[in-house]
Amino acid sequence: MTARIGVVVFPGSNCEHDAVEALCALGGSAELLWHDEASLRGVDGVVLPGGFAHGDYLRTGAIARFSPVMEAVAELARAGGPVLGICNGFQILTEAGLLPGALQKNRGLKFLCATVELRVETTASALTSLTAAGDSLRVPINHFEGAYTCDPATLEELRAGDRVVLRYVDNPNGSLDDIAGICSPAGNVVGLMPHPERAWDRLLGSGDGAVLVRSFIAACAGERWPAPHPAAPAYPSLPASSGARPGP
Amino acid sequence: MTFDVLVEVSLRPGIADPQGATVERSLPRLGFDEVHGVRMGKAVRFTIDAADEEAALRRVDELCRRFLTNPVLEDSTVTLEPSAQGARR
Repeated sequence: MTARIGVVVFPGSNCEHDAVEALCALGGSAELLWHDEASLRGVDGVVLPGGFAHGDYLRTGAIARFSPVMEAVAELARAGGPVLGICNGFQILTEAGLLPGALQKNRGLKFLCATVELRVETTASALTSLTAAGDSLRVPINHFEGAYTCDPATLEELRAGDRVVLRYVDNPNGSLDDIAGICSPAGNVVGLMPHPERAWDRLLGSGDGAVLVRSFIAACAGERWPAPHPAAPAYPSLPASSGARPGP
Repeated sequence: MTFDVLVEVSLRPGIADPQGATVERSLPRLGFDEVHGVRMGKAVRFTIDAADEEAALRRVDELCRRFLTNPVLEDSTVTLEPSAQGARR
């Protein structure tokens, strides 16, 4: 079965077509979903693409998390469906409480646009099931607010739960513990700052992102679903319907 | 009643503030050697209608918690007073 994947478009998103192109080129079937729609139209998985949703006003992702589509995304996440947030999409997932922590301005206050080296830290996520732990991938970053941060207890939880998905080999932005991407306790919700959808063919400068995109397609097709971590608790209750945010 | 509200959003203690640090580093060049502890933040002003001051504060606190701040990174300080404009109406 071909996986049907929805790519959400917020006002200000700008990587949605790259995501659709990559997903379709690598064997998935992708369609755009408008943020103001409450339905996901029955897709198997969702990508929140990069860009500047709602102009990044107030904070990155702060307004996007109130878009009607986000309730449906949270519901899919709770049901174990694959959800991938890339760059601005990662920022939206943290604001929505679907992933812990937050993204701050880069150390050095510079917008970073570069191809960086990532190390795969776990294969138990919807983004990395087809990789091997320790794999080195060259994938571009393109962000100003990309320094991951969280409180010490959350960092401990992420480490203990095998939820750090990718680390920077040479930390470009001051991210805590070199974190480039993390996942939910069950591994189905993944957020990362680098852009695998811009590195799926050598013509783009690197083809190393393809294995990540393929892993996500496979997760959406139900082919290579990562086994939940032994220590993973049931997915925590989420704020989508009440609009309340869990504590830090 | 109508209240004038000022919400100051600041980074929590311990959260790195590269903007504040950059500003602080530049101050000695201007002769302000005695300035320390620069922290950057945001100010949000608005008015709110509520039955009384306590009700207004409760709503503003909720607004801060749910929207105006990200509790992972930020704290807020609320200043609230009866609106001069509201009193005239």
